[in-house]
Amino acid sequence: MPYLELKSVSKGYGSDGARTEVLRDVNLAIEQGEFVAIVGYSGAGKTTLMSILAGLIRPDTGSVTLEGREMSGPGPDRGLVFQNYSLLPWLTVAENIRLAVDQVFPKKSEAERAAHATEFIEMVNLTPARDKLPRELSGGMRQRVSVARTMSMNPKVLLCDEPLSALDALTRANLQDEITRIRTLHRQTVVLVTNDPDEAILLADRVIPLTAGPNATLGRSFIVDLPHPRDRKALNHNLRFRELRREISEFLLQSRQDRHATLTRKLTLPDIEPEDLAIPRSRLGRTRPLRAHELKEATVEVTS
Amino acid sequence: MKPFKLDWLILPLLGIAVVLLAWQLSSKTWAKELPSPSKTWDASKDYVLKPFEKRGEMDQGILRFTWYSLVLVAKGYAIALIVGTPIGFFLGLSKAFTKTFDPIIQVLRPVSPLAWLPLGLVLFLGAGKQASELGALFTIAICAMWPTVLNTAVGVRAVPQDYLNVAKVLQLSRWKTLTKVLIPATLPYMFTGFRLSLGIAWLVIVAAEMLTGRPGVGGFLWQEYNALLYEHIILCIITIGVVGFVLDRLMSLVESRFKTA
Ligand SMILES: Nc1ncnc2c1ncn2[C@@H]1O[C@H](COP(=O)(O)OP(=O)(O)O)[C@@H](O)[C@H]1O
Ligand SMILES: [Mg+2]
Repeated sequence: MPYLELKSVSKGYGSDGARTEVLRDVNLAIEQGEFVAIVGYSGAGKTTLMSILAGLIRPDTGSVTLEGREMSGPGPDRGLVFQNYSLLPWLTVAENIRLAVDQVFPKKSEAERAAHATEFIEMVNLTPARDKLPRELSGGMRQRVSVARTMSMNPKVLLCDEPLSALDALTRANLQDEITRIRTLHRQTVVLVTNDPDEAILLADRVIPLTAGPNATLGRSFIVDLPHPRDRKALNHNLRFRELRREISEFLLQSRQDRHATLTRKLTLPDIEPEDLAIPRSRLGRTRPLRAHELKEATVEVTS
Repeated sequence: MKPFKLDWLILPLLGIAVVLLAWQLSSKTWAKELPSPSKTWDASKDYVLKPFEKRGEMDQGILRFTWYSLVLVAKGYAIALIVGTPIGFFLGLSKAFTKTFDPIIQVLRPVSPLAWLPLGLVLFLGAGKQASELGALFTIAICAMWPTVLNTAVGVRAVPQDYLNVAKVLQLSRWKTLTKVLIPATLPYMFTGFRLSLGIAWLVIVAAEMLTGRPGVGGFLWQEYNALLYEHIILCIITIGVVGFVLDRLMSLVESRFKTA
């Protein structure tokens, strides 16, 4: 029996007329200790999928089971690292983590909880910043706090929703290494969502593409049979890595081409026209707008 | 005009000079009953230079009157916040509550203090000597409450879904979600409401004192009008304005502390 399982899950938003089906018939089975990466275009429904796994939203059909038990709501056993960090801005690094620790381990003593929080602040190398507020930290540091907060809950599964997408390339590489390290340390079951096939292959044991939406569904699994530790530079020349990357990218491209369509919509262009100096001005101030919005009918090719 | 050295001081002084000049001209031309600035000063000197003196019930230093008014405002304002903030939270949290009470709130909100005060006096008729104070407090509270109610409601609705998701993942109890997430996230909006409410409370006090004849800046103003001592009306107006301005500045300071959160 798989550790974490999604069975024929589907989810749409809106009602009747304006309804979009985001996910259709998603099946996923993850073993304990496995690191699975899900790759998909933005807007495909990755956050929706993660929210379903975390229990934040309920699927329209299908079921989510962890260790054979059906999950109906959120809980600290499935730790979610949010796409936009979601730290509480009025709490310091330590306080953000303590909020989680205090909540998840109410039976431990005050000293034990403090030590537990400290351990995870150290794990992400943020000890010097422990009393800083989130707005005083860089994006990479914030995401590390977010990872520490989630890991401090000792979740059975770590769910990461594009944790690195908003970061610059260098910080991103650093944090990729950090995720690998933490994962090895705790033998953690991880589901990572990303829009970058390279990142998926670098980190995961198994990569599953999510087809382009609407009605997105998971494609076949690509087993990443590259040995650990994986060196980012060396991988670029690794034939197996390049083959995997090509296959996954082709799968994604193909899923996108299947859904080509055109769509006509009214676009409201922003007010960026230059001022018309020929329009006479009154000395007392503007008597009428010197710029005008322009409404334009445009046909755009869309991929969803 | 280009900014120049000391413009922050010179320009406001210039503004005051212009108004004083207009005042002086008016009192000499079309408004003969209006005391001139110098006459106003002469008549007000005693009240300003000995601001805490008490010569009689309705003849006290201006800061002493101000103090009475501030105490009354503080009480009414406290009631407004204690009642208004929870109502704001309920409005922000519950659509059903909003649908039920929003129409009433929108209707009661524009009612003037002058209209509430008689009702307040009637409500507390049984309280005997306390009636005028309780009526005044009722009026201040009910008029000053609305900005707090509405801003809190807006603030609660504006709490980012992300923060609520954090609360959900951590399975925070309702109480903890309120104290650890909702209230801190709403504080900046609440304080904007508190500041606006304080401004209104101060506006209302004057009307309340005028109608009830309580000692205070407003009561003094009304008494001196009846006694034909027009200089003191101007003294009171200036005092009310300055105090209102100072209160607003102080609340802005508090508010900006929470803005950064
Ligand atoms: N709460 C919502 N209500 C309506 N539509 C939504 C909602 N959340 C997401 N969507 C839509 O569902 C689709 C998938 O969104 P999302 O799961 O956030 O994609 P991704 O994370 O892959 O970028 C998008 O088209 C988005 O507009
Ligand atoms: Mg997303």
